[in-house]
Amino acid sequence: MALSRQHDLHKRRFSRNLGLGLVLAGFVGLIFGLTVVKVSTDEFTKPLLQENN
Amino acid sequence: MSDASLNTTAQAAPAEGEAGFGDYFALLKPRVMTLVVFTAFVGLVSAPGGLHPVEAFAAILFIAIGGGASGALNMWWDADIDAVMKRTRKRPIPAGVISGSEAFGFGMALAGFSVVMLWLATNWVAAALLAFTIFFYVVIYSMWLKRWTPQNIVIGGAAGAFPPMIGWAAVTGTVSLESALMFALIFMWTPPHFWALALFMRSDYDDAGVPMLTVTHGRRATRAHILAYTLLLAALAVGTGFTAVGGPVYLAVALVLNALFLKGAWEIWRRSEEMAEADNYKVEKSVFKLSLYYLFAHFGAIALEAALAPFGLGGW
Repeated sequence: MALSRQHDLHKRRFSRNLGLGLVLAGFVGLIFGLTVVKVSTDEFTKPLLQENN
Repeated sequence: MSDASLNTTAQAAPAEGEAGFGDYFALLKPRVMTLVVFTAFVGLVSAPGGLHPVEAFAAILFIAIGGGASGALNMWWDADIDAVMKRTRKRPIPAGVISGSEAFGFGMALAGFSVVMLWLATNWVAAALLAFTIFFYVVIYSMWLKRWTPQNIVIGGAAGAFPPMIGWAAVTGTVSLESALMFALIFMWTPPHFWALALFMRSDYDDAGVPMLTVTHGRRATRAHILAYTLLLAALAVGTGFTAVGGPVYLAVALVLNALFLKGAWEIWRRSEEMAEADNYKVEKSVFKLSLYYLFAHFGAIALEAALAPFGLGGW
């Protein structure tokens, strides 16, 4: 027997999926931001491989 | 001692095994996390030097996640105690919403993630301190001290005292006297804060069999301990005002709040159990409430001193 679309289980599952999706999107954004900051500092040195290219 | 006995309670609960996002978030002990975030932030902003705002945000976030991970692992281990105590009965594991093993996996994953990410975002000293904090809270406090000694709160309080030190290390890559003072402030604050709570949440710890001082040494001894620790705390808190993280604003805040806290501790010490029961632990409750403001105000003042420093106003 199929569960009703209104079932509380669906709501909780949706909240979990939505929450996890937002967390992952935020994490991607944060890593991107951190990468930009890290490579923009004076202390950052380009890998040797790139210098040779 | 084993948590297995209580997990049967969790399994028997009418939950359908589908926890929502909020249930997982509750595993991270969000209330404790606010203290972690705030004190780590103060440690970070008061440290000499500075971080790029994105790095600072990442550092605070990963420290908070590490704190949350230790909360989840604590809930996994203490599920049997939580099910007995009124205050913790509705937590996700005793409520049957999340299984103990799931909470364990969640906590371990977040612990590893937060330490590695803090290392990448800042430095290895901050990451090592975070790893040690998680270890200390879960293994030393939750697994060992909490059920074994009435000094559980005293030594275990160190776990909650590390965040400003981690925030400081995230900027400087070192541990210093200033960060140790911030650590000591929370460390000394924790016992009177929790013992005031234990005095008016009286049946909870008794029922759970946790050897709180109130259970092992009685309420009279607990009242005396609150006063003794508050005296030590007041000396430390006011003394911190004369160091590099202090300043006129901090000192004024410390003088006022420590006078109030000492007055509260003195009243707690003077009262008998009969007096406390007669007014439903009015003084104990007000001291507990004051202790929350106390810590936030002290750290707020340290942050303010740091914020004023660029204008030549903060510090001495």
